[in-house]
Amino acid sequence: MDFRYTEEQLALQETLRRWIARDYDFERRRTLARSPLGYSAEAWARYADLGLLALPFPEEFGGLGGNAVDVMAVMEQVGEGLLLEPYLSTVVLCGGLIRDSAPKSVRAALLPEIAAGKLQVALAPYEGTGRYNLSHVACSAVRRGNGWILRGAKTMVLDAPSADYFLVSARSSASVSEPDGISLFLVRRDAPGLTLVGYPTQSGSRAGDLQLDDVQVEDDAVISAPGKALGILERAVDQAVAALCAEALGVVTALNQATLSYLKSRKQFGVPIGTFQALQHRMADMYIAGEQIRSMAILAAVHADTEDAGERRRAISAAKAYVGQASRFVGQQAVQLHGAMGVVDEFIVSHYFKRLTMIDLSFGDAGFYLARYSDSLVA
Amino acid sequence: MHLNFSPEEQAFRAEVRAFLAAELPEEIRDKVRSGGRLEKDDMLRWQRILYRRGWGAGMWPSRFGGADWSVFQQHIFEEECATAGAPPQIPFAVKMVAPVLMTFGSVSQQEYFLPRIISGEHWWCQGYSEPGSGSDLASLRMAAVRAGDEYVVNGQKTWNTLGQYADWIFCLVRTQTEGRPQEGISFLLIDMKSPGIRVRPIITLDGEHEINDIFFDNVRVPVGNRVAEENRGWTYAKFLLGHERTNTAGIGNCKRNLSRLKQMAMTANVNGRPLWEDARFRDRIVRVELELMALEITNLRMLSAMAAGARAPGPEVSALKIKGSEIIQELAELQMLTLGPAAMANLPDAPVTGQYFNQRKTTIYAGSTEIQKNIIAKLVLGL
Repeated sequence: MDFRYTEEQLALQETLRRWIARDYDFERRRTLARSPLGYSAEAWARYADLGLLALPFPEEFGGLGGNAVDVMAVMEQVGEGLLLEPYLSTVVLCGGLIRDSAPKSVRAALLPEIAAGKLQVALAPYEGTGRYNLSHVACSAVRRGNGWILRGAKTMVLDAPSADYFLVSARSSASVSEPDGISLFLVRRDAPGLTLVGYPTQSGSRAGDLQLDDVQVEDDAVISAPGKALGILERAVDQAVAALCAEALGVVTALNQATLSYLKSRKQFGVPIGTFQALQHRMADMYIAGEQIRSMAILAAVHADTEDAGERRRAISAAKAYVGQASRFVGQQAVQLHGAMGVVDEFIVSHYFKRLTMIDLSFGDAGFYLARYSDSLVA
Repeated sequence: MHLNFSPEEQAFRAEVRAFLAAELPEEIRDKVRSGGRLEKDDMLRWQRILYRRGWGAGMWPSRFGGADWSVFQQHIFEEECATAGAPPQIPFAVKMVAPVLMTFGSVSQQEYFLPRIISGEHWWCQGYSEPGSGSDLASLRMAAVRAGDEYVVNGQKTWNTLGQYADWIFCLVRTQTEGRPQEGISFLLIDMKSPGIRVRPIITLDGEHEINDIFFDNVRVPVGNRVAEENRGWTYAKFLLGHERTNTAGIGNCKRNLSRLKQMAMTANVNGRPLWEDARFRDRIVRVELELMALEITNLRMLSAMAAGARAPGPEVSALKIKGSEIIQELAELQMLTLGPAAMANLPDAPVTGQYFNQRKTTIYAGSTEIQKNIIAKLVLGL
């Protein structure tokens, strides 16, 4: 039993913390969120220099051979610093999916490029009425010659506007929502027939909707066996969810800190408001929630790489359900304890709160994962 | 970072499990599993079985008869005992007064009391709360006035747990009225057979006799039964509280009650279907299960920090007390709800509803939830 980060992980966190304090303060973040790109290209290059983009990839593909706990250490800082760059999409989610499931030629072609900061990939699994259901795929893949024709629409593709490639799920057989018949295709952003409509998310990052009108891809664009991609998708999304739990932990840590120091410095009725028991008890509850969130983020991280899919799903579902509801609690309390300061754009608290809300809504909210866990007990 | 116990710890767990399978009496196990009431003889019988195995007080140092267990061994032992349905060791002797005696007691106190604690010969209880001193414990007033080689003790203790069985009671008494309230308190060991002691049962809302008022009327206590210095008792009491808390979260007990709850929900029948298949009800169980999963890791993290720093648990433990007590209450409530209208019957062989009522105590005793939050606010958060 060991709950400590390694020396290397701690050193990496410290480096990130210092870099964020120097180059990525709140004002800078606000400016970036409003810029056309929505994040910092310089920061992305810095991620590459620090090895963050190579972290979870095998050494033979230019990676550092890191595991899910290494990713957790990074994501905690991503949360504390409210970083906007598409790290989760490109490195953890799509990078992880390619690492675990793509043919060697694809791995060799893409992973070193991702690691070098030259390539971004976004996952496009969701469709209009499917909510968080990865098997809800109406988008069709029809065989033509040595390739496939893709037709359909994808929605809420996180970090889509800056992506060079999309990983698109499409169905070559069976009907909507069936587990079989789903394939994953690597589609170039400039592929003829692909239209992207981008938009900002509530926490300042970017996303987009894809329209695929007879987009043609070659056979080598198929990730893994045709029709059998659901398990691959689930695994990659579970790993991303574990990383999101770590990000939520980072946000909650920073938010609890900010709230605590506000309670100590803000004076009303001649005394710091932190002397009032009603507020102290709320803060104590937030502290406890933070400890419980850390525990669940650890649970998710240590199970994210597990080969046993059932065990992995159980741990990830439990963690995301818990972290979702507990971080909603912390976020709402923090806004309340800051009074009117909690509801203004120019103060960081509302941004922490919005990021926590987006994390809950990403890849399945607390209710979705509670149901997934609960239903697995009677399946 | 990983969540695996070491091979040695796993071997220890297997050893405890084998011991429990062989030695835990079936009648006792069934009582614990069904939430039934344990008698004094049940608890003493189990303590003697542990003592014979050399585990009467596993976490004590071996020079006092313990087994030098690490915090993780103690945790594994308690978790296995709880899931197997062994009675919890009554904490007042092994976990509370004993560490005080080991750290602050005289050699003669250690030599006399510790062997009798570990063997189960002496049953100890605690005399802390008084009618006017609950959460504000330092305001206690029970007086011990020096008369030669004795103290003459007068006053009342209340909310005393299982004192009707006790051979000895450790008490906080007032030996000085000047200065800060904390400064005039002494820690006395009092023989329950002393003339002038009267135990009055307090029946709790579940109809059980678990707690008492204890009246002291000119009770004479030898000065040699005072622990360490006069007027320093508050320090020893605070030390004791730190040692009470290695099992504060009660993870094993929660786990046993969770699996019992699931069993009950699978057995309960609603319109021909098991209640367990009703997602509305099952989701309520799952919410507690997730809370418990998180708390188990939080608990292990704190034990891990204790083991690494070789220190008593700090004020962070208050989080374990708050969460652990809320979880056990919720489990008791859901167990009651699985019974439906049958839960209304007040019958001796139907302890489920009684347990729901009984468990309300857990957020009140040993520092109420509100006191625990005060502790977190002050000592962890610096508010």
